[in-house]
Amino acid sequence: MVKIKTQMSHLILPLSVLLILIVINLIKGADYFSIKIINGALYGNIPNILFGATELVIISIGMTLVTAASRGQDISVGVSGAITSAIFVQVVLNAGQITWFTILGGFIISCVVGIAIGAFNGSLVAIFKVQPMVATLILFTAGRSIAFIIDGKLSPVLANDLVSQIGGVIPGVPIQTPIILTAIFIACVAVGLKVTNLRLYTEAVGINEQTARLNGINPRKIKFLNYMICGICTAVAGFIAVSKAGRHDSVNILKFIEMDAILAVAIGGNALSGGTFSITGSIIGAYTIEVLNRTLLRLEFGTETLKAFKAIFIIILMVMASPVVREYISKNLKRKRLDVENNFMEKNGA
Amino acid sequence: MQSEIILEMRGICKSFPGVRALHNVDFILRKGEIHALMGENGAGKSTLVKIMTGVYEKDAGSITIEGKPVHFRSPQEAQENGIGTVYQEITLCPNLTVAENLFIGRGRYTFVRWKEMNKKAEEILKSLGIPARPTQELSNCSLAIQQMIAIARAIDMECKILILDEPTSSLDEEEVLKLFKLMRELKSRGVGIVFITHFLDQVYEISDRITVLRNGILIGEYEASSLSRFELVSKMMGKALDDVEKMEKPPVTIREDEVPVFEATGLTSVAGIKPFDFKIWKGEVNGFIGLLGSGRSESVRAIYAADTVVSGEIKVNGKKVKIKEPIHAMKLGIGYLPEDRKGEGILADISVRDNIILSLQVLKGFFKPFSRKEAESYANEFIKKLSIKTPSTNTAIKFLSGGNQQKVILARWLLTHPQYLILDEPTRGIDVGTKVEIQKLVLKLAEEGVSVTFISSEIEEMLRTCSRLLVMKDRQIVGELSGRNIRQTDVMHVIAGGKT
Repeated sequence: MVKIKTQMSHLILPLSVLLILIVINLIKGADYFSIKIINGALYGNIPNILFGATELVIISIGMTLVTAASRGQDISVGVSGAITSAIFVQVVLNAGQITWFTILGGFIISCVVGIAIGAFNGSLVAIFKVQPMVATLILFTAGRSIAFIIDGKLSPVLANDLVSQIGGVIPGVPIQTPIILTAIFIACVAVGLKVTNLRLYTEAVGINEQTARLNGINPRKIKFLNYMICGICTAVAGFIAVSKAGRHDSVNILKFIEMDAILAVAIGGNALSGGTFSITGSIIGAYTIEVLNRTLLRLEFGTETLKAFKAIFIIILMVMASPVVREYISKNLKRKRLDVENNFMEKNGA
Repeated sequence: MQSEIILEMRGICKSFPGVRALHNVDFILRKGEIHALMGENGAGKSTLVKIMTGVYEKDAGSITIEGKPVHFRSPQEAQENGIGTVYQEITLCPNLTVAENLFIGRGRYTFVRWKEMNKKAEEILKSLGIPARPTQELSNCSLAIQQMIAIARAIDMECKILILDEPTSSLDEEEVLKLFKLMRELKSRGVGIVFITHFLDQVYEISDRITVLRNGILIGEYEASSLSRFELVSKMMGKALDDVEKMEKPPVTIREDEVPVFEATGLTSVAGIKPFDFKIWKGEVNGFIGLLGSGRSESVRAIYAADTVVSGEIKVNGKKVKIKEPIHAMKLGIGYLPEDRKGEGILADISVRDNIILSLQVLKGFFKPFSRKEAESYANEFIKKLSIKTPSTNTAIKFLSGGNQQKVILARWLLTHPQYLILDEPTRGIDVGTKVEIQKLVLKLAEEGVSVTFISSEIEEMLRTCSRLLVMKDRQIVGELSGRNIRQTDVMHVIAGGKT
């Protein structure tokens, strides 16, 4: 019981927020959970949320790792995804015909580019010790122009059955492909954490670099590695985003996702100053943001005013999650527990 | 001679996740007395002090100052009520100047008057005999001087109550005397001083009263003059003190005919020590001894490559090797417990379990993580072996007391089965009981064939455990003493004379 509590305590906040949002949605309309089958695939609010949040979930995972290892955030994740997806589109279009093989080839090449971008950011952070946000600001500034140059013309179109199957539904499979891809990606990350010491090394470096070094860990390598993993995350997110859209719009693809990803990490109970981390928390955080966006739309806030209301909600959320409030709550809880203990001790008297 | 009570704490209770730190503790401080607060690690001394100073809020109990009930919600409030504190770990800002550190957070003005501030700082430093310039950056000062500046800061705040939590742990003898002079001066002005230390000599030298805590419970308050050392120690430990003198030192182990486990020639690092030669044989316990700043720590750091090595040749078991990074030393079976536990030893936020397995896990490799079960069993094994007090293996190490944290780091290295273990101040800032345990452990390891380099600020401890001492002065080795019966005067003689 106690064990579960210590492990899950950081998830209480995002989960309760998610719950509140769902309750709001249910009040608005009782059919919130209803799922319809259209053309052999599931549609409804839940699938829509899972579908809509794919890129954010994947990028949040990368952001979590980068934050934990380097005690700072990578703000170039959105543009990194824009570049990798531009490469993907070019590879596929230049291959002549679009087959599963060329798509896979394009995807792998875009992942390599993602790793290269991660290595670039990682070397600035790990070797030259530039502050992560400043280091990634370089690409953040230049990235969309680079993507535009790669595109060569405005928004190359990737109209093809196979691509729309990746961004939509594969006939005969009832769940939208991006949802499946997200699940596969999360599973890969989970396995990766299981079969390596990535968590221990990353947390060690994030908590205290000097201690990590004295115990044989190379902090540079670990930071570098996490930036490269983050690069892969952006490539996967870019691949899904461009498949969903069917064209590459270098200006709008994955726009502002870096800020949402940082927010997801924070909502997930992770310290933005690095150290211990919870990927589960960040994933729930990412879904929470998606639910929030959709709830606000559903409550018929205009798209212009939506952002303001979103901000209000986030302020409340962040205050609730702040150390001050947390400490207050835990203190009250503890006082209660202590009373119980004392009563117990008195009853059983020495 | 019942003098006036200035601080009265009654029925103080405080708990942390899974640990009851204090239970129904009373503490009374009178005007113009020096009151030693004694207890082993985890007895609750630091917690009690942190409640006095508003760092922690008490769960239950009452505090009155000069008869007036108070309730501190922050250290600022405590300061405003005349409580000045100097903590065991220095809590100043290393990147600010000495003067800024003395006055930070105390100006009632919007703008800082630099000239005036520096002038005032100079006066304070001079009056206390602290050899530092006001405009010097604090990080350029030695630990001891930083500690004295922390004290200067606290006593300059017009305090009625001064709390010194292990102020002497990084000071050398002369500096301690200076501090004591200062304490007596403050005492005569009517300041009540709470003094926490692990040095029994210091307690008896300066304190009027002694309050003993054990496991978060008050054992009693005594007049210092009427409590014998032996009684004090047994009250702190709850059992009669093991006879430390019974411990058997390993035989003298310079064996020129045998290949040393570790051998360095002309070793030096960026930390600025003179190149030195060093050898240690199997099952030997040796140590670097010298005053603070003599280069003891820097020498062992060079051996482990904790500081970047500039030059030197190293042989392990007679084979020439290169140690450029700590990981190379680890792979050769060398372990290193750093002096700065908080800054280089523990990983504060992660569990006791992960802190224990860390080094072995790194040696095993990135792609070969221990299963949860293996890690658990390693952790439990050493928690039992070293009797580490922790609610569970899952507890973050930061919730443990200093001595228990130190044991966790020892466990970390013991788990790797090193052939050569370097322990830099393993007994610093921990209680008598654990100190004895650690010294015994060192001797036991030596018996099992592990070579140990042991460093301690307490010469007594080194004389008790080391069979060979390398005496350091001004960042170089000036002499070597060996034999079963090295006396303290011998060491002093070498330090003073510079030759064996």
